[in-house]
Parts: sequence; C-alpha cells; structure tokens
Amino acid sequence: MQSQATYNYKVVRQFAVMTVIWGIVGMLVGVIIASQLVWPQLNVVEWLSYGRLRPLHTNAVIFAFGGCALFATSYYSVQRTGHTTLFAPGLAAFTFWGWQLVILLAALSLPLGFTTGKEYAELEWPIDILITLVWVSYAIVFFGTLAIRKTKHIYVSNWFFGAMILAVAVLHLVNSAEIPVLAAGILTPKSYSAYAGVQDAMVQWWYGHNAVGFFLTAGFLGMMYYFVPKQAGRPVYSYRLSVVHFWALIFTYMWAGPHHLHYTALPDWTQSLGMIFSLILLAPSWGGMINGIMTLSGAWHKLRDDPILKFMITSLSFYGMSTFEGPMMSIKTVNALSHYTDWTVGHVHSGALGWVAMITAGSIYYIIPRVFGRTEMYSTRLINVHFWIATLGTVLYIAALWISGVMQGLMWRATNVDGTLTYTFVEAVKASYPFWTIRIVGGGLFLVGMLIMAYNMFKTIGQGKAVDAPVLLPAAAH
Amino acid sequence: MDINDLRSLFTVLSFFAFGGIVWWAYSSRREQAYHEAAMMPLEDDLPAPVAGRDADQANN
Repeated sequence: MQSQATYNYKVVRQFAVMTVIWGIVGMLVGVIIASQLVWPQLNVVEWLSYGRLRPLHTNAVIFAFGGCALFATSYYSVQRTGHTTLFAPGLAAFTFWGWQLVILLAALSLPLGFTTGKEYAELEWPIDILITLVWVSYAIVFFGTLAIRKTKHIYVSNWFFGAMILAVAVLHLVNSAEIPVLAAGILTPKSYSAYAGVQDAMVQWWYGHNAVGFFLTAGFLGMMYYFVPKQAGRPVYSYRLSVVHFWALIFTYMWAGPHHLHYTALPDWTQSLGMIFSLILLAPSWGGMINGIMTLSGAWHKLRDDPILKFMITSLSFYGMSTFEGPMMSIKTVNALSHYTDWTVGHVHSGALGWVAMITAGSIYYIIPRVFGRTEMYSTRLINVHFWIATLGTVLYIAALWISGVMQGLMWRATNVDGTLTYTFVEAVKASYPFWTIRIVGGGLFLVGMLIMAYNMFKTIGQGKAVDAPVLLPAAAH
Repeated sequence: MDINDLRSLFTVLSFFAFGGIVWWAYSSRREQAYHEAAMMPLEDDLPAPVAGRDADQANN
C-alpha cells in the first residue's frame, strides 16, 4: 500500500538554500579579515575591526554554513533511510527559523563587542539559551523521526548525525555555564564563565576540540555515509568498518582536548593524555576516510565525469590529510614549533575548506535538484568549474600558511650564541606578509566558487518547482 | 577505594566494551544484516511494486 504522505522537503529546501547563502557571507568575512592582516588600514571602524570580525567569521562558517548543511542533510537522509516523513514538522520549522535568528543575533552582537571570549562559544547567554531551545527541538525531530521509521535497522549515517546532536548538546550546556552580570539590579547581556583558571581553559578546549570532533567530523561523516553511496550508486565499502570506527571515534574524541593547552598551566599528565588520545584518533579517522574512498572501488571511472563525486572524494582526501596532520601536531615537541603560528590556521582550513565545505558542496548539489523537482543541477559544467576553483583555492591557502607557520615557529625560537632572541616578533610579522597575501588569493578563489554555486543553485530553482516526493515503502516490505 | 579507582575501572570497562563491539561487528552472524544495512540508502528510492507509477514523481 502506497500512502499519500510526502517527505518533508520544505525544511530541507530552506536549510539547503541558506547553507549556500551563509557560506558566501561567512567566507566573505574571512576574506575581509585576511585582507585586514595585510592592509591594516582596512580596520576602519571598531565594529568592523579584525578583533570583532574574526569570531564572526568562525561562527558564520561553522554554525551558519556548517550548521545549515547539517540540518539540511540530516533531515533529508533520516527521512529517506527511515521511509517516513519528519516527526513534529512544526518543531522542524522552528529549528529553521530559530537557527536563522541565532545567526542574525550573532551577526549583530559580535561586531557590537558582546562576547564571552571563549573560542567558538563567543555568543552571550541570551543567545546561548535560544541555541539550547533550537538544539533540543532538533533532537526531538531527529530522534522522533528515527522512532517512527519503517525500517528495522538504523542506517549508519543516522548514528553519526545522532552522536553529533547528543554530543553538541552536552558540550554547549557545560561550556556555556556562565553567570550574567547584574548592573543596578538589571540583567545585562554580559556574563562570566562558571569556571575559573585552568579548569576554565580545560572546559573550553574540551568543548573546542569536540566541536571539531562532533560538529565538524561526526556530523559530516554522517553526510558522507549517505551521500557518497548515493552519488556513487554503490553501497559503502565496509559496513563493519563503519560500525567499528564510529565507536572508536566516540570512545576517543572526548579526551583529545588538552592538546590545545600544551606547555600551559594544565598539569603535565593531562597534556600527555590529550596527546596520546589524539594520536590514537588517527586510526578511526582513517577508518572513515578509507571507507568513504573505497566505496568507489571498482567504479573509479565515475570520477572522470561526475564533478559531484569529485567534490566528495577530494573532501575525503583532505579529511585523511588533516586527520594525519592533527595527531602529528598534537605531539608535544611538534606542537612546540607549531602552536600559536599560522600552521594551526592552515591545518584548520585544510579541514574546513577541504573536508567540511567540499563534502557539503557535493551533498547540497545532490539535494538541490531532488527537492526542486529536477533530475540534475542547471549546469554540470559549472559544478566542475566550482570544483577546480575550490581545490586550487584550498591548496593555495594551506600551502601558504604551512610555509608562514613553520617560518614563524623557527623565527620565534631562534636564539643567538649569547641566548638572546635572533628576531623580534615584528620581524616574523613582516616576513609573513607575502604568505598572507597568497592566503587572500586562496580564500578569494574559494569564495568565487561559492558564488558560482549560488548562481547554479538559483538557476536550478528557477527552472524547477518545490516538490515533496511521496514516502516510499521500504524495499524489504514486499 | 576513592573516585580515581572508579575512573580507572570505567576506562578499563570502556576498553573491553570496545573490544566486544569489534568482536560482535566482525562475527559472521552479522554478515547478512550488515549487507542489507549497507544497501539501505541505495534502495530508498526504489518504489514498492504496487506503487510503480509513483516512481516518476519521486524523481530520483
């Protein structure tokens, strides 16, 4: 019996379109702050100065661009693999509008100077409460949809999305514990952390690293496990490996945070523990990378003329590269060179541009025609152009910052025979300028790629119309 | 026995739990179930036979 019910594609459409819009906004802010480093006179007014815009950039690309991408892809794939429409559609609509409101409030409050000063958790307490409401609604919609699924098994992509939702809830609640400031008996938007000293730093980087581990890794691996098999038309290489590397990630990621605090007041044993767990993480990370890439085993020819598949497989290559680099950088002696330099920023962008943004581009290119009643995007050629521009931009960006990072680390530690420093700090800054200029070119290219994607998307939408596909019975049901 | 003994115990139990998961995932009786699970995303747009005419609308 075929029911007349349709999949809830409306909220998927909304989040998919906003993924591209916020991607452009967040990356534009990135290009602006990169330019401000090279041309400091671009810091014209205080609320558009580097210090105010930098957290806006990170919040916009992680939570606005990455967040909308996670909502769109998880809502799409949980419905398709469960053969059911979304649970609580009203709450699903609330997650869209609530999340957009969070983004708008961030875009206003950060330039105005309201910040907790905690990296990736800069938003002040009233916005933190709104985030909590949206996130709990997301959990109800997602897990509710799993509960009403028509299949026996919960497909692995949903395990990753579910782990992301649970872990981010815990991280957000613990790290955002803060005490609002009362001024003359009135609540102000300003707050102070509930933790003090080195405990505060440890809680912050337990949060910060797991934001990378669960928001930017587990969530996007969920995306990979659904959209790579779909686009390749082949089942995942090893389902067993997906189960094992899922649990390995879950058991180890939570412990890796201390590598952000090497050679600080954090106890030495905690630093070493963080380093060991970061090294162990190489195994589950590469488990996922191998599983994704090998899904194409026996069908490598598909890479030749499918640019969406190129995005996905290249993203997995960058994922493998940055999850090799990360454990290496967590080794204390390597970290002594790399920490506080551009190497860290380059490493983050090889993950953020190469992995997160590219797997997102591939998945959104997959979704857009399907939710707008088309069989494919307006122009496959433009997807190909986007792919090559994005790849070139990413390589330029990370190569430039590798060089400037290692150079900075070496200059800062260089000493003369009498023990005095060979270089002043500003000499290292001066030597970094050429590489910062190349970084603008790399980031700018990536932004151009996103603009091409937006053009392609709006052309596709213009040709199509919003379509909600009918809910299908599971294959095993007949 | 202080709280740190409990923490050590929890770590050891977690390690054995993970070992159990690996053993379970690679046991031969999971083979058929995992094969079917791996096919789930590929079969989610194959219409059930009685609903064949809806396939065009599904559009993927």
